[in-house]
Amino acid sequence: MSVRAWAIQCGLVLGMLWLAPFSLLAQGFAGQGFAGLGSDATGFATPDATYRLEFPADHGAHPDFRIEWWYLTANLRGDDGRDYGVQWTLFRLALKPQEAPGWQSPQMWMGHAALTTPDRHFVAERMARGGIGQAGVNAAPFEAWIDEWRMSGDDLNRLDLQASGVNFAYDLRLAATGPLVLHGVDGYSVKSAAGQASHYYSQPSYQVEGVLHLPGGKVKVTGQGWLDREWSSQPLAADQTGWDWFSLSFSDGAKMMGFALRGGEAPFVSGTWINSDGSVMAIDGDMLQLDPLEYTQVEGRDIPVIWRVRLAQMGVDVIVTALNEQAWMGTSFPYWEGPVQVSGSHSGVGYLEMTGYE
Amino acid sequence: MIATALSALMSHWRRHPLQLTTLLAGLALATGLWSAVQAINAEARASYNEAALQLGGVPLPELRAANGTIALETYVALRRAGWQLSPVLEGRVQLGNTWVSVMGVDPLSHPGLPAMRPTDGAPLTTFTQMFAHRDTIADIGTQAQDTRAQELPLTSSTQVPLGMVLGDIALAERLLDQPGRISRLLILPQQPLGLKTRQPLSVLAPDLIRSIPDRGADTARLTDSFHLNLTAFGLLAFAVGLFIVHGTVGLAFEQRRPMLRTLRALGVPLRSLSLLLLGELILLAIVAGGIGLILGYLVASALIGDVAATLRGLYGAPVEGSLTLRPIWFVSGLGMAVAGALLASAQALWRLHSMPLLAAPGVLAWGQHSARSDRGMALAGLGLMGAGGLAVLIFDGLVPGFALLGGLMLGAALMLPGALGLALRFGQSRTRGPLAYWLWGDMRAGLPGLSLALMALLLALATNVGVSTMVSSFRLTFTGWLDQRLSAQIYVSTINDAQGDELRAFLAGRVDAILPIRYGEVRIDGQDMRVYGIVDHASYRDNWPLLDGAPDVWDQVAKGKGALINELLARRNDLWPGEPGENDAQLQLGGGWVMPVVGVYSDYGNPAGQIIVSLDSLLAHAGPLPNRQFGLQLDPADTHALVRDLNGAFDPPLAGVLDQSSLKAHSLEIFDKTFVVTGALNVLTLGVAGFAILTSLLTLWSMRLPQLAPVWALGLTRARLARLEVVRSVALAGMTALLALPLGLVLAWVLLAVINVEAFGWRLPMYLFPWDWLVLLGLTLVAAAAAAALPARRLANAPPAELLRVFANER
Repeated sequence: MSVRAWAIQCGLVLGMLWLAPFSLLAQGFAGQGFAGLGSDATGFATPDATYRLEFPADHGAHPDFRIEWWYLTANLRGDDGRDYGVQWTLFRLALKPQEAPGWQSPQMWMGHAALTTPDRHFVAERMARGGIGQAGVNAAPFEAWIDEWRMSGDDLNRLDLQASGVNFAYDLRLAATGPLVLHGVDGYSVKSAAGQASHYYSQPSYQVEGVLHLPGGKVKVTGQGWLDREWSSQPLAADQTGWDWFSLSFSDGAKMMGFALRGGEAPFVSGTWINSDGSVMAIDGDMLQLDPLEYTQVEGRDIPVIWRVRLAQMGVDVIVTALNEQAWMGTSFPYWEGPVQVSGSHSGVGYLEMTGYE
Repeated sequence: MIATALSALMSHWRRHPLQLTTLLAGLALATGLWSAVQAINAEARASYNEAALQLGGVPLPELRAANGTIALETYVALRRAGWQLSPVLEGRVQLGNTWVSVMGVDPLSHPGLPAMRPTDGAPLTTFTQMFAHRDTIADIGTQAQDTRAQELPLTSSTQVPLGMVLGDIALAERLLDQPGRISRLLILPQQPLGLKTRQPLSVLAPDLIRSIPDRGADTARLTDSFHLNLTAFGLLAFAVGLFIVHGTVGLAFEQRRPMLRTLRALGVPLRSLSLLLLGELILLAIVAGGIGLILGYLVASALIGDVAATLRGLYGAPVEGSLTLRPIWFVSGLGMAVAGALLASAQALWRLHSMPLLAAPGVLAWGQHSARSDRGMALAGLGLMGAGGLAVLIFDGLVPGFALLGGLMLGAALMLPGALGLALRFGQSRTRGPLAYWLWGDMRAGLPGLSLALMALLLALATNVGVSTMVSSFRLTFTGWLDQRLSAQIYVSTINDAQGDELRAFLAGRVDAILPIRYGEVRIDGQDMRVYGIVDHASYRDNWPLLDGAPDVWDQVAKGKGALINELLARRNDLWPGEPGENDAQLQLGGGWVMPVVGVYSDYGNPAGQIIVSLDSLLAHAGPLPNRQFGLQLDPADTHALVRDLNGAFDPPLAGVLDQSSLKAHSLEIFDKTFVVTGALNVLTLGVAGFAILTSLLTLWSMRLPQLAPVWALGLTRARLARLEVVRSVALAGMTALLALPLGLVLAWVLLAVINVEAFGWRLPMYLFPWDWLVLLGLTLVAAAAAAALPARRLANAPPAELLRVFANER
């Protein structure tokens, strides 16, 4: 799910994040001379192709890198027969490498939580500074938290997940049914032709059960979830304007992650195919076709909410449709993110994220 | 028909351009003065709102700890328990030679701080810079030898109140040297949906006290008084303007009476005629209102800089010295013009309705009041005065004070015609000569027509006397107090304590005494104030202005057995020394430090409480304090030389050397700026009142002819009659001025003894300035003579035929 990194770094660098207070983070970069438009991220560690991921240590935070996240999405079905989507994200953004005690910490944390129903979309956002304990991540036992929001368990195989906003809350239990998936080459995931990269792994196979608290009352839900872990320091090329990112779970047990970075001469497309036994295959940009079919007005922008996704190599030719077209994340850094339904050569569910539509 | 009737009505204004001018000018002046005041008020209020927004908008409920600081762990625990809170760290620190308030916030959770928001073109520096008003930076910067001040990354922002440094809590805690401390926690308005784990704050943090802050309430109260003051002036000016309009519209109606009668006789329905007159009036009001708005804008633009200076000088309230046009101001200005014109013409319009179709127009009909209506007005006036007095007796605060003012002023104005009538009747009864007898009687007869103008004059004069008495009393007291307070010849500030020691060595043998000026800060009833520690010295005993205290008060202070407090603190907290044999009030200085109040001193111009104790007591309770400011006692003749020597003798140089005389000059300069607006408005209202007399006289002019023609026919020359006209006007104005004097003095007393105490917390002695009254009286008489000069000239030059025509009985 590397696109989010580039999204945010683009935002920081290009001044897209003009909204306070998240823009304050951007200010931090600019003010301290760390904006570093080039690929050289001054003072920060850069992703290393020779690095081998180590667990549980790499479940925790990497404060030497500029940006990192713990990103969970879930497609759920309620005991009322309706479909739901849930997002729980913890971002870490560093103004400077390393941690410092108390308020002096340069590590900033941001949480996004969302709950999507076919006709509503609830969003909440939290901000915190590292160093004081208001937000952070422990590798083992695993706990990622900001305020009262938590994602915790002994390891990533079993997680408790909680978040709440002004008018919604959820409390879910997750159990992994497959292995962790390393994207790219052993988790070193290249993001552009120029060679920018990140460390990127996922747990795409959670069984989920729990309770959603909605204005209308409680709903018991079951479903499946997908966790992304990624960290990097390098910003994106300046001519890249936005991205479309898909995580799809097909009913035959196979899964697919794919994204396209728009802008430049041609979109940069990449992805990972995950077989039902957990084995993976990198998807080359030439093979994956992502085409918007239908647009709708969301917050005054035209956003594609129906897509055609083709991967001939695997016989995939599907239509991806948003469960709720208005799944807009009106957070400090605004974007579209919501559950989708898959039909065509394969059926299934998934999540779609789109940014950079003006 | 409508068009014909309209052109007939309008022809009146064509034939009486002066009347039209008067009407428009009166209304424009009224609207202008009113809207100028409104513009200034709106501008100032907008500035306060901005200031309130800077500090988080609507005050949020908050949590405080009994011991003053909240641990960081408590904050994090509450956040992790699901409570949305935002931490604030506050404190004071000396930067350079200035004490500043430091406010540290967490920009990630604070509900809104425009000052810290990035602006286009400015470097984005929220986490790395602190923000302060440019004047604050100037105060710090000019004397910043302090390394902390030099290293502080300060950015100028007009959105931070004066005297405050605002920034990220990480910077603030370093500046204040209070790592991990929090002063208070704001409870944010948006709280998450409660899951079962979320417990109430009273359970999670039982030792934190929840409160709604009344931060800034004092500034609001003080500035409110200033704005009430301005609004009162504005209303007064508007009322004066309306007197003019009332007079002109009434006259125009009276003069058009034959025309109206003819029009009706020709078949124009009463309804159409009324609507036409109403429409004409509204049109005139809009034109005059428009002119008035332009006038108001000009006046406000000219004054706003001084108002800003006044508010900053008096209260430290941040007001921008420039004017923005606000739609509400425009609408309210025009609305006032139209409403005022309608109000002033209601009587004339009503008369149109009740006018019998065939009634002959009476020569004396307009503006004539019976003695009975004078009595009614006088009674109403008495009632108003009584109501104002009652308001002060029953309620506390500024508003009843202003109610008393309003009641007094309006009541006195209503009683004026009765009082003048009595005086004229008395004058007439004492007169023997036929001409003088006629003159007195003529004045009585003309009084009703002039009474509105004279009321306006009374109000303007009384305001003038009252406000200038207050300001002058204030200034005299302030100057005297400065002389006492600034008893040392030279005041020196050093950059650090070590230089303080060097200074002592340098001064040995060159001065009579070196008095250290050292202070700490305490918080009493939620208010921060300074505690000065002094050494025992004759200059205090001889000069310090005490309002209350036993003869041995200085001995008690020197022995550490008592504290002196300033008048503001004494009045606000009702702390006074006891009468002989009684116990003194006890002053709680916090941390178990209690001192009896042995004396109260005047401390004009200081909006905060202040305390004086002996230096030993202060050091014993407040710990080590900087020792960097000194007052030097020496022979005044040597002052100049020593100042020169001091400025050249130290490397690095001293932080500041001030000789007493320039300090005084500076203080007085601030003071004079403070009241410059009052002066300007005073002049303007007096001008408007003078104009009212002129228009009334002009208005009465045509009605005077039938009264003067018989006297002329009896043999008095036109020139003599004209001179008598001037005498008459001057005499009436003079009598009004004499009546305005006591009213003005009462007004001054109310301002000094009621309003001041409520607004500022100090009471001023009242001084009388008879010379100013004489000048004012002279001005009034000149204005009255000038106002009468134009009609008198007309009379002197009136062709005899015009006077003869009076006897032609043409009507």
